Amino acid sequence: MPEQKVVDIDYLLLEAPRERKFITGAQAMAEAVKRANVDMAIAYPITPQSEVMHLVGDLYAQGYLKDYYRAEEEYGTMSAIAGASRAGVRVFTATSGPGLLRGIEAIASWPGHRVPAVLGVLTRVVNAPLSIQPDNIELAYLLHSGIILLHAENQQDVFDMTLAAFAISEMVDVYIPVAVATEGFFVTHAKGYVNMTPEDMKLPPRDPYKAPVPVTDCEVPPARIQRDAPVQKSNFMSYLIHAVWQQEVWASNMRAMKYIYKYLGGPIEVVNPDADVFVVASGCAAAQGREAVRYAQQEGLNVGLVKIKSIRPFPAKEVREALKNAKAAIIPEHNIEGWLSKEVKAAIPNSGIVTDGPRVYGGMTLPVELIMEEIYKSLGIKKEKKVVI
Amino acid sequence: MGLRYVQPAPGFKEYLPKDYVDLIDFGPFGKEVDVQHLGDFKEILEEHPMCAGCWMAYFVRVFYASLPNPEDTIVLGTAGCARLALSQAAVPFIYGNYGDTNAVASGLTRALKIRFPDKTKDVVVVAGDGGLMDIGFSMTMHSWFRKEKFTTIMVDNEVYGNTGGQESGMSPKGVQLKMAPKGKKFEKIPATELAKQAGCVYVVKLSPTSVKRTAKVIRRAILAARHFGPTFIHAYTSCNIEYSIPTEEVLKDAREREKKDFGFEEYMTDEVREFFEEIEKKKEVKK
Repeated sequence: MPEQKVVDIDYLLLEAPRERKFITGAQAMAEAVKRANVDMAIAYPITPQSEVMHLVGDLYAQGYLKDYYRAEEEYGTMSAIAGASRAGVRVFTATSGPGLLRGIEAIASWPGHRVPAVLGVLTRVVNAPLSIQPDNIELAYLLHSGIILLHAENQQDVFDMTLAAFAISEMVDVYIPVAVATEGFFVTHAKGYVNMTPEDMKLPPRDPYKAPVPVTDCEVPPARIQRDAPVQKSNFMSYLIHAVWQQEVWASNMRAMKYIYKYLGGPIEVVNPDADVFVVASGCAAAQGREAVRYAQQEGLNVGLVKIKSIRPFPAKEVREALKNAKAAIIPEHNIEGWLSKEVKAAIPNSGIVTDGPRVYGGMTLPVELIMEEIYKSLGIKKEKKVVI
Repeated sequence: MGLRYVQPAPGFKEYLPKDYVDLIDFGPFGKEVDVQHLGDFKEILEEHPMCAGCWMAYFVRVFYASLPNPEDTIVLGTAGCARLALSQAAVPFIYGNYGDTNAVASGLTRALKIRFPDKTKDVVVVAGDGGLMDIGFSMTMHSWFRKEKFTTIMVDNEVYGNTGGQESGMSPKGVQLKMAPKGKKFEKIPATELAKQAGCVYVVKLSPTSVKRTAKVIRRAILAARHFGPTFIHAYTSCNIEYSIPTEEVLKDAREREKKDFGFEEYMTDEVREFFEEIEKKKEVKK
């Protein structure tokens, strides 16, 4: 393990030199953890997440982390993450599909506990029937939890978003967890080029006293900390405290937006802003959308891409602005429900321009041709279908 | 730092609530109080909303008076009656989710070790039979298998008291309770046997009829957990409401159960026994 020197957050994320490596998404997530000065990680196996936590285990064995263990199951993992974070250390874990759902009671309580943890979500099918293939329906369950949710398109995004997640989650005016999601297998198990910050530089350690709520370590007043279970005070107090607390959690979620601008270049990326037709997508679907834009441009069609990087906070204003003159918005997704489509439609006044889909699920790939078909339809272009045998 | 953080900064004391100032001046922080003198000192727990005659409330009161290091103690609880009192006490308390105490305590204890390798920070779970032996069973067991260094105290009222009197895994066989309309079909879960098998280094089963002995085992459990591994106390703390025990007969019931199936049992590893003998010897020398 090389000696790592602590550097300023802004320097590491924005200015430090970068070296290009050809690595998997799982490796990219672990490489970010390596540079994030993480104190402790807790692991529990599930495909396709396991490899991330194997690699983080190796980091622990090499001395990058101070503690690491394999927990009993995801509810235990996510609960222990909360305990460790409340004692003031920087923590990381990752999970997938059914594991996320098993841990979700604890995860959904992290924002309320004001736990600045970072969670990797390497998506897969949610049973039943059993499948281990990529599908991002699980992210729908995170949308209402209060957690900040970033969706990575590729290995580079995984690295950048994971490293930035540690910084964002611990900002005093945020101080809630950040989930970094990407499609299992398509990104976790495939290699891509990643520009990475130097291995011998890391984020400053977590300062547990730079916090909007006190850590539970018997070192800081007030001596009597009771930020839980207001229910026993009185029903009236209970309603009031809980209501105000939830408002604050969601306000914190919105306040993360300025850091998403600062460290990730904003919550959306727009390609060809003057296009007539836009592909609006997040995660892996954005990569296919990007290809569709390239195909379309080769055919002389005026098509653009709106890639949504931050699902929570949702960039409603930015999406509205990007689509204000659009004639059509095609929303390809890796799930049957179309959670992104619903978000976009709720955010724009001209929701009639939205095409719901194409959607693939259960582990199917998303061929660019499916997106192209919708582009042709929206432009009134009739293409003969070629059947290749 | 523990002691310093409970003490008000100079100049602030006169503006603090009397209750808090009394805790500093007459409470157990930074000194060793004798639990048999309950009433002579300001207690960590005074007011609580538990039922009249509640044996669990009495136990929790004794528990707080027995802490060897209250200024550096963190208590964890879960849903159930005990947390109604635990959350009113003057030491930090964590209420996470349902049955998660031993997982949260695992993370917390390890994190405190990372941050304060040379300081004593006691972590104690005080949770009910439902929390530890039903919904949180796997987390309880696995914290013991992993040899996590904190104390688990099960306040066993043999029922889900707080949710209205449902059967728990610790209810005695045959008892008719809500969700067991024809009576419970199986025996009480052998919690202390499981604890021993799972690797707890100090395990006690008791009906807390003697305040002195109760305080002693609580202190022992916390001290052993600091150095050796997980410790477990299984205390009978009856529910006088759901089991219809007249308030004035709660102590009598505790004594009867002590004779019947809650006789005092104390198990410890050789290592822990030697450790206690060493401490006792030092105390003798001091005297």
